[in-house]
Amino acid sequence: MIVQATPGRTEQHETRAAPMASASRLEAIARGDKVASETHEALASEEGVLEIEQFDLWYGQAQALHDISMRIPKGKVTALVGPSGCGKSTLLRSVNRLNDLIDTVRIEGDMVLNGASIYGPGVDVIELRKRMGMVFQKSNPFPMSIYENVVYSLRIDGERNKKTLDEVCERSLRGAALWDEVKGRLQESALGLSGGQQQRLCIARAIAAEPEVLLMDEPCSALDPIATNKIEDLIEQLKGEYTILIVTHNMQQAARSSDYTAFMYLGRLIEYGPTDVIFQNPLLPETQDYVTGRFG
Amino acid sequence: MTNPDSTKGASRKRGRRSMTLYAEGEPMVWLTGGALAIALLMIITMLVYVGFMGAANFWPLPIVEVRTASGELLLGEVTRQQLYQPPVANLAQLDEARLKRVQGEMGERDGFVRRRLVRTGNYELTGSRFHWVSDYNIDEEHNPEWAIVAERMEWGNFYGYPLSFLIDGEVVADTPESVWAQVQAIHKEIRARWQSRKRLETHDIGRANREEERARLAMVDAERRFDGGAIGAEQRDQARRDYEETFARVRKDHARITAEIRALNQKNERYVLRMRTGTGQETTLHLADVVRAYPANRLTAAQKTGVFLSRWREFLTDDPREANQEGGVFPAIIGTVTMTLVMTLFVVPFGVLAALYLREYAKAGPLVSAVRIAINNLAGVPSIVFGVFGLGFFCYIFGGYIDEWFYSARLPAPTFRKGGVLWASSTLALLTLPVVIVATEEALAAVPSSMREGSYACGASKWQTIVRIVLPRAMPGIMTGMILAMARGAGEVAPLMLVGAVKLAPDLPLDFMNWSGTLGPILTGPIHLDRSFMHLGFHIYDVGFQSPDSEAARPMVFTTTLLLIGIIVVLNLSAMVLRGKLRKRFMTGAF
Repeated sequence: MIVQATPGRTEQHETRAAPMASASRLEAIARGDKVASETHEALASEEGVLEIEQFDLWYGQAQALHDISMRIPKGKVTALVGPSGCGKSTLLRSVNRLNDLIDTVRIEGDMVLNGASIYGPGVDVIELRKRMGMVFQKSNPFPMSIYENVVYSLRIDGERNKKTLDEVCERSLRGAALWDEVKGRLQESALGLSGGQQQRLCIARAIAAEPEVLLMDEPCSALDPIATNKIEDLIEQLKGEYTILIVTHNMQQAARSSDYTAFMYLGRLIEYGPTDVIFQNPLLPETQDYVTGRFG
Repeated sequence: MTNPDSTKGASRKRGRRSMTLYAEGEPMVWLTGGALAIALLMIITMLVYVGFMGAANFWPLPIVEVRTASGELLLGEVTRQQLYQPPVANLAQLDEARLKRVQGEMGERDGFVRRRLVRTGNYELTGSRFHWVSDYNIDEEHNPEWAIVAERMEWGNFYGYPLSFLIDGEVVADTPESVWAQVQAIHKEIRARWQSRKRLETHDIGRANREEERARLAMVDAERRFDGGAIGAEQRDQARRDYEETFARVRKDHARITAEIRALNQKNERYVLRMRTGTGQETTLHLADVVRAYPANRLTAAQKTGVFLSRWREFLTDDPREANQEGGVFPAIIGTVTMTLVMTLFVVPFGVLAALYLREYAKAGPLVSAVRIAINNLAGVPSIVFGVFGLGFFCYIFGGYIDEWFYSARLPAPTFRKGGVLWASSTLALLTLPVVIVATEEALAAVPSSMREGSYACGASKWQTIVRIVLPRAMPGIMTGMILAMARGAGEVAPLMLVGAVKLAPDLPLDFMNWSGTLGPILTGPIHLDRSFMHLGFHIYDVGFQSPDSEAARPMVFTTTLLLIGIIVVLNLSAMVLRGKLRKRFMTGAF
């Protein structure tokens, strides 16, 4: 199902985002004032997989996300950037409702994945998570064999057909560019792999169930440059086939591997647009300052 | 206090000095290290002492013959010695020469004299087993070549000289050498016959009795169910006929077995050994009653080692004799191990499930905190309280119901309404539950949240995550809890005295000859959960402190203690090896 952008809303953003001096906008945010996001026109023409609709989130009393509205375009890589603590990971973890595990979290607003509400009443969280894949900052292979790691999401669905499992395992490992390295030792413990291999194994596990959106939470932050390169190449390959939402601290990585970039600050979405525009010619001076490393 | 500045300076200086002591920390290293050293020293001393006393006491000692001042002749082994101050009254009765000897010895030993404990045995003749002899009282002492130690089934050790060997009442040998050669040639055969007699008595007669008992119970059951009326009269009569048939057959079996036993006895009774004791009395020994005999002063080192090993073997694999003071502790080993394993079977699943709920499902709050505190306090309850609870709750209430429901034919004789392996294991499981819960909770808490999140992100439910990710990962920690629980359970004694450990159990709780163990409708095969059992810890208490002759029981106490420590070490080691394997599988190469 195709969700069309509502032109009215984009307009509303336009009107709300009155031009402001860089300092005064950040100051306004620090004061807690409502500051509108700057979403580029280019996104309106994209077909969205995930729609984030006026999403707020609180950890206890502290509000971590303020009124986030975003469209994640289909088959593209969208990067979330921003200084530490700006809510990127929180936003990412809200998509597959991992934040539900924390007792004090409270949300308002909704997200829509391919037309189906994520936070609506009666949503089966387990079923919902099966539609997404997630890769974490630190690789977290399960204490079992490489094979069992990859087919984990099928196993928990009760899949027993050996042929199906084998196919999925090979396809996912090939998809994660790991097949050639591990095909001879699928039954060995996944914990024996190197850090970079473990992270690619986690990607293989995440794409095994054909997710509608792939969430990546700083997947390279714990890896050395060579392993990082491999993961970036992998993201490049996965693009088009999968919709990827990636949190990153590495500006070069965002610039290299993403199609769209969203800049967040203190729980607000500041600017969201095509990556090359964001990095070369952003609408807001704050974004310019951040991506060029002048602040943050 | 005239100069305020100087006092201020002094106090500042003092303050700095005490700061330096803390800051430097050197004395603290000594304090902490010293505490550890003292703790280790105590443990090692105890282990070495128990190890030495336990391992050494099977070594055959030489036999001495002493003649005391009063003309008394003592023949036996010196089991220990000590220094003491002789009472003045005793010294006053001594003659001149002996008094001089005493004074000389006292001068040498700072006012002490030495005395030795001689194990003289021959209890049925003399009425005592041990004699203290002071060195100054000895007129003559030597190690007679042909003195023999005979360990007997009854009456304890015999010490004496061989006189003659009789077969069918005829003397076939009358010098020590020839008598001893005869004994050695025939003894093994006689003991083998004795063993088969024992097997007939326990195993075969036991089986016949069980058969009869089963038929009798079936009859009683049928009579109870079809009480009086015409309905079921057929079944009732059938059961009665079955019983009578079985009874007749068992009667025949009994007669046959008894005849076999009598034949074996008759064969053994042909051989008689005549002995003379140290004091000159003559007596006869039936070789069937002699477990082991050896001329202690003629043994070579290799032969002594042989006796030593044979005693160890008897200790580990045989039944006790002489009110548990001699013989083996095999039933106690089996009892301890069975009880511990059944306890583990109860406590681990139970404790793990409870810990899972506490850690994974329960919402943190005052109630959960209170439950945690209560569990920790449970570990501090005196174990005898658990024993009383086990007796009241498990034996009398649970056991009463089980007897009523499943074993009514046997009433009023209790089956489960008394102490037994099941209730002892249950009681100890309750006792060790906190250990397992606490260890499991810690292991669960140590599973990284990234693992759980990874699993949730794959669409796993909570239970799937627990079963597939959390539990395997926490398994080594859970094993640690299990090890601690086993060590605690195997060493516990007080509650067992109330719920099933006995001084002498007629049957083993784990009996591979008899696979008819049941718990109500559940077949438990060779594990007889209703049977009371012997336990090494209780054995130590019983032999050491409840036996009529504590001196005779001393060696047994040490050796049994050594064995109990050994068994706990073995149980722990095997669990640790298992844990190491699991850890390797689930925890290597995190990064």
